[in-house]
Amino acid sequence: MMKSTVIQFPGSNRDRDMIAALTKINGEAPNLVWHTDTEIPDTDLIVVPGGFSYGDYLRSGAIAARSPVMQEIAKRAEQGVRVLGVCNGFQILTEAGLLPGALMRNAGIRFVCTTVKLKIENADTVFTNQYSQGQIIPCPVAHHDGNYFADSKTLKQIEDNGQVAFRYAEGTNPNGSVNDIAGITNLAGNVLGMMPHPENLIEAGHGGDDGRALFASALNIVSTEAA
Amino acid sequence: MIKARVTVTLKNGVLDPQGKAIEGGLSALGFEGVDSVRQGKVFDLTVEGDDATMAEKSISKMCEKLLANTVIENYSVEIL
Repeated sequence: MMKSTVIQFPGSNRDRDMIAALTKINGEAPNLVWHTDTEIPDTDLIVVPGGFSYGDYLRSGAIAARSPVMQEIAKRAEQGVRVLGVCNGFQILTEAGLLPGALMRNAGIRFVCTTVKLKIENADTVFTNQYSQGQIIPCPVAHHDGNYFADSKTLKQIEDNGQVAFRYAEGTNPNGSVNDIAGITNLAGNVLGMMPHPENLIEAGHGGDDGRALFASALNIVSTEAA
Repeated sequence: MIKARVTVTLKNGVLDPQGKAIEGGLSALGFEGVDSVRQGKVFDLTVEGDDATMAEKSISKMCEKLLANTVIENYSVEIL
């Protein structure tokens, strides 16, 4: 069984949802690591959850990205450990330079809390290999700064390299993200950042379980049948 | 002590929805002829020492590492 770890920052608030999802899908609770820790226990998957770390001061994710635990996450990512950042976690990973680009204020100014259509743009990553290429799933989003931006050179690189894992589909782009980008990986493919919340889509009570396959992929779990 | 002011602005071509909203607010108040508004940030720093060149260098590093996100923002350092 693969081991998972959830990182907690002051202001994280989707950490509990993430812990519940990982516990349910993996059959074992994740390790919890506080942001001031400089060591992370042996783990196969590190999750940086959503929320409002440090109250979004300066820029969303900016302060969290400079916290002590991030150096260790960067080191593990370099070694090939899988790292997943959701929502604020995505913002933190871009601020930390583990993923290219930046997440800016939503184009429509407003906080968006809705369900989008999410297209699996690359089903060949360690996070998406239990989806089919081009599959479209509904997925909840809840954020104020989800407007993905990268300069044209970087954008071309991530598009050409297949680093776009998820795109908002069928006109549901809620934030003005360039090329409808909802989630990207690093070049090596072991770090994924995404604005939508797959951890809030793992059982019937959530209105569907289309998020399970992401965790099942990341944790090498073959069966994705609901528990 | 050296006092310095850091100004962080969005790069050209980067969409600024907050600036746009402020522009709309000014127009709603009846201010005419405002062609565009871009929102930025200002940081006032007091740093130890009396070598302005050194201070400027050090503050530029702070901008690169934290005060600005150079993917989307430019910065300038002014020793006051």
